[in-house]
Amino acid sequence: MTWSEMSPLLWEATGQTAVMVGWSTLFTVLFGLPLGVCLAGTDRGGLFPAPAVRRVLGLVVNVGRSLPFIVLMIAVIPVTRVLTGTTIGTAAAVVPLTIGAVPFFARLVETALREVGRDVVQAAEAMGAGRVTIVARVLLPEALPGLVAGLTVTVVTLISYSAMAGVIGGGGLGDLAVRYGYQRFETTLMVVTVVVLVVVVQLAQTLGDAVARRLSHR
Amino acid sequence: MITVSGLRKAYGDVVALDGVDLHVGKGEVFGVLGRSGAGKSTLLRCVNLLERPDEGVVNVDGRELTALGAADLRRARQRIGMIHQHFALLSSRTVAGNVAFPLEVMGVGRAARARRVAEMLDLVGLADRAGAYPAQLSGGQKQRVGIARALAAEPSVLLSDEATSALDPATTQSILALLRRLNRELGLTILLITHEMDVIKAVCDSAAIMSDGRIAEAGPIPELLATPGSRLAAELFPLPPAEPGAVTVALGTDPTLLSRLARTRDVDVAVAAGAVEQVAGVPAGRLRLRITGAGAAAALAELRGRGLLVEEDA
Ligand SMILES: Nc1ncnc2c1ncn2[C@@H]1O[C@H](COP(=O)(O)OP(=O)(O)O)[C@@H](O)[C@H]1O
Ligand SMILES: [Mg+2]
Repeated sequence: MTWSEMSPLLWEATGQTAVMVGWSTLFTVLFGLPLGVCLAGTDRGGLFPAPAVRRVLGLVVNVGRSLPFIVLMIAVIPVTRVLTGTTIGTAAAVVPLTIGAVPFFARLVETALREVGRDVVQAAEAMGAGRVTIVARVLLPEALPGLVAGLTVTVVTLISYSAMAGVIGGGGLGDLAVRYGYQRFETTLMVVTVVVLVVVVQLAQTLGDAVARRLSHR
Repeated sequence: MITVSGLRKAYGDVVALDGVDLHVGKGEVFGVLGRSGAGKSTLLRCVNLLERPDEGVVNVDGRELTALGAADLRRARQRIGMIHQHFALLSSRTVAGNVAFPLEVMGVGRAARARRVAEMLDLVGLADRAGAYPAQLSGGQKQRVGIARALAAEPSVLLSDEATSALDPATTQSILALLRRLNRELGLTILLITHEMDVIKAVCDSAAIMSDGRIAEAGPIPELLATPGSRLAAELFPLPPAEPGAVTVALGTDPTLLSRLARTRDVDVAVAAGAVEQVAGVPAGRLRLRITGAGAAAALAELRGRGLLVEEDA
């Protein structure tokens, strides 16, 4: 296969990966951040302790995290159908990617929020701040570098999950490597795809690290 | 200004507060001294109800905090400043942002907030560090930010939980001097807890000593000094063991009393031992004296009458 033959394939696949990872990252933050806040807040020493709620949330999150992504992707097909009207294609892949990443990201959010000192939270309470104020103006800003680090790990995980999206016709770089590199013995394309994936992951990680460092004033 | 009565608080089997009564007058600097684990922090945290006591009543500035609902309690807390041993500053905010925080909580507008923040930073001498982050400051500077933040909402009361315990001696002195100045200039009532004797001596008008969740002794420092058998006086101003023929006398408020006594009662006064220091800016302490001569008995009677004779001829 020549470079001019590979090039359009690579661009298309990279675009599909970007779309899948981009949208699922957005939705993961949208659902995972509040879930992480609830996980941290409902704990015993948390802002709004609720042991029963926490146990249920913890269980759901753990189930989500213990399913291999490839299994989860098949298992949530009915949900995907309801949400997107289809079960194959790039858009359809966003649903399992999000469902797979939300519990993962929520745990990272929980950990980042726990890192915020108890004394800082209490100081805010002593100043008469309510819980919403404390979450919005103390916990999240103080944990921001940790949240960005968690988001970076999540994006990298989503890139790797998205490689399996070929199974449901999501396309993307992983799918390209499998279809051409493995099934059609196009070793060159396989190698190039792998290189592109490595570069993309490296870029995401470097960017995430830089932003986290920039935000940290510790 | 602050009155707590009958405070009890237990954590499981550990009784942190075992019936505490305390009164802090308006404009007073009140220090609670005690070993680690005595229950000091728990007491302080009960005053603004960060910790809810199992029993007892807390009154601050004429409001019974223990009777307030959640929203009213939050509003009342805005009028109670607090500073912390480890400063508890927001690392994600600049110095100015930290001082602005309580004003944001109160819903003060942006312009008024900026004005107040500038005022507060001037007050604590950090106007030039407004844009710095806490991580770029020294311990003493961090505590100044803590103080500016605590006072931004113009509280009537300041609570201090070991505010100088993480600082070196020189910085401790400058922070204590600042607290004293704020007390004088703003009429601020300060309740501070500490395990350091020197802090009490440096700034407090009154003191209490706490052990095992109880207040063992409390009162204005000059009164404590004049109280026979006072444990707090003995801890603050330790004298060598008593000796025959000597008496222990509190310094009192009259600086020329002893020389006058020598003149009018025709006695000789010899100092055998003494512990005298500036307490809140005035000399205070105890002297061990040998009073001899014809009028010795009358001189002792006068000292006794003034309530300054702490220990007679041991
Ligand atoms: N949140 C808590 N949970 C359990 N025990 C506590 C808690 N806070 C304080 N205690 C216990 O209460 C006692 C008094 O603690 P504290 O008020 O912090 O003392 P101090 O400030 O004088 O060192 C100690 O025995 C401490 O272990
Ligand atoms: Mg303590």
